[in-house]
Amino acid sequence: MAERVDVRKTYKLYIGGKFPRSESGRSYEVYAAPTRAGASPKFLANASQGSRKDARDAVTAARGAQAGWAGATAYNRGQVLYRVAEVMEGRRAQFVEEVRASEGVSPSKADSLVSQAIDRWVWYAGWSDKLPQVLGGLNPVAGPFFNISAPEPSGVVAVLAPQESSLLGLVSVIAPAIVTGNSVVVVSSKERPLPAITLSECLATSDVPGGVVNIVTGDAVEIAPWLASHRDVNGIDLTGAAGLQGEAWGEWERAAADTLKRVIRPGGAGAAAIEPDWSVEPGLQRMSTFLETKTVWHPKGR
Amino acid sequence: MSTTDTAVDATARARDLLGVSRLTNQALTSWLHGLRGVDQVGCEARAAGLGTRSIKNDSKRWAIDLAISMIDLTTLEGADTHGRVRGLAAKALSPDPSDLTTPRPAAVCVYGDMVATAKEVLGDSGVKVAAVATAFPSGRASMPVKLLDTKDAVTAGADEIDMVIDRGAFLSGDYLTVFHQIAQTKAACGDARLKVIMETGELVTYDNVRRASWLSMLAGGDFIKTSTGKIQPAATLPVTLIMLEAVRDWRELTGEMVGVKPAGGIKTSKDAIKFLVAVNEVAGEDWLDNQWFRFGASSLLNDLLLQRQKMKDGVYSSATYIADDSPSTAY
Repeated sequence: MAERVDVRKTYKLYIGGKFPRSESGRSYEVYAAPTRAGASPKFLANASQGSRKDARDAVTAARGAQAGWAGATAYNRGQVLYRVAEVMEGRRAQFVEEVRASEGVSPSKADSLVSQAIDRWVWYAGWSDKLPQVLGGLNPVAGPFFNISAPEPSGVVAVLAPQESSLLGLVSVIAPAIVTGNSVVVVSSKERPLPAITLSECLATSDVPGGVVNIVTGDAVEIAPWLASHRDVNGIDLTGAAGLQGEAWGEWERAAADTLKRVIRPGGAGAAAIEPDWSVEPGLQRMSTFLETKTVWHPKGR
Repeated sequence: MSTTDTAVDATARARDLLGVSRLTNQALTSWLHGLRGVDQVGCEARAAGLGTRSIKNDSKRWAIDLAISMIDLTTLEGADTHGRVRGLAAKALSPDPSDLTTPRPAAVCVYGDMVATAKEVLGDSGVKVAAVATAFPSGRASMPVKLLDTKDAVTAGADEIDMVIDRGAFLSGDYLTVFHQIAQTKAACGDARLKVIMETGELVTYDNVRRASWLSMLAGGDFIKTSTGKIQPAATLPVTLIMLEAVRDWRELTGEMVGVKPAGGIKTSKDAIKFLVAVNEVAGEDWLDNQWFRFGASSLLNDLLLQRQKMKDGVYSSATYIADDSPSTAY
């Protein structure tokens, strides 16, 4: 059999349900994590290097999609997200290979990470119609009134995906933000973007409306300041600031405060930010941070 | 000057220009069909080329302010209310209350019955009131009705009249009818400036756009305007390019300047700046003024304001920071 010609992969961004090139025209090479010292790095693929203008376009797309997504019933959102898990399961082999190459772990470890990631997605999907019951409810008041609190999504959330955990960590920051009805603009891990790119292909072929999740590959140090100061972004998850070269997440948090954004800080303290342990059950904090509570009063009586 | 006098003047001048003793449809036809044909591919390529210019920050600042000052802030919906028109007029007076250095749009464009309402708010602020007339947007009414429609708006205080041509007559080759209708409407306008809407989306070919432009100028239009905004495609860059060439050549021929107004479908600052580049490159700097170039738009203003805020503050802005005029979705 004749030798095949390599299909060299050049990936693009995922914005508004489409796969555009970076407005800047830039791309960068992605290499596998070295498995032993001194080995020359193995080329994996070319990825688009997103710019601030790509992030701006992504925010526009996210804003456009947000109302429709939040307006879907919680039950429907849960179903749509569960469908994503199905598509991910179908691409399991690809995810395992990419996680193995990106993170430099053993095949069995990679397999376990992918399983955990899909399980995490399903876990969050299940919360869609349960969270309002846990975080909202009937408040006791001294008067003849019903007083009802219900959580509502904040709007558009910018997410700096973790630099190390390329799939489990990624899923653990995206799913909690969108399950409640927010739309997100995600800046992927710079060194390990392949699982994020494959996830965008899963999202594009599932039922998630275009624009609900937007994934920009590239350097968070370059893009994050623009998202943090963007007046049309309602929340920002700084988790991916941990381990970044030249990161200044304190500055980003200050910029976010200018427009009263909800913020999730990276783990650890001060400049020594660290990535959380993604293997433990996450709790509700990543969902509840990007929610507002609406309370209504209604008279009781006959 | 009476209505008939001006119409007669237009006819007399047309006779002179065409070099004929009697203005007939045949004379108009051979004149209009004698215009050079438009090279469709070349025109579209040039328009695309003009859209790729890199505009540096200082120029962009200037262009955004210029574009804002050229907007005819428009609401033309069946659901328009006096409150909505008052709101739009108020927005024209202070487009960005957080920055009072923001220039005002050129005019507010409404249906004839809303002219008095708009005028009441705008007063002598310098922001003009433009009214669509002559059975906008279809133009399907008898001439007395169209003239009455025009006079009614002028009496109510309209500074500018946007008329539609009879596309049916134009497409069937009855240029003389179109000529007379424009000339009579112009006469009915009195001091108000007349914008002639050609509805290029219905004219089928670029050649027709060029002919309609020349015909409108010949009949006395002060502005030639692409579209009503009710038909797709509306204002495209190639069509505007052809119109800009027409006004440039008209000045060569007669020494008179005629304005150009693309309307409909121009939504972003980026689009607007492409049009300004075309104006400068094709017609020339003299047209970079709201006396001679306008944008018919409603949502464009919001995007220009967002970009203006971005240039000033250095951070991307949000629709939350722009006064909500609940614009109609048609523009």
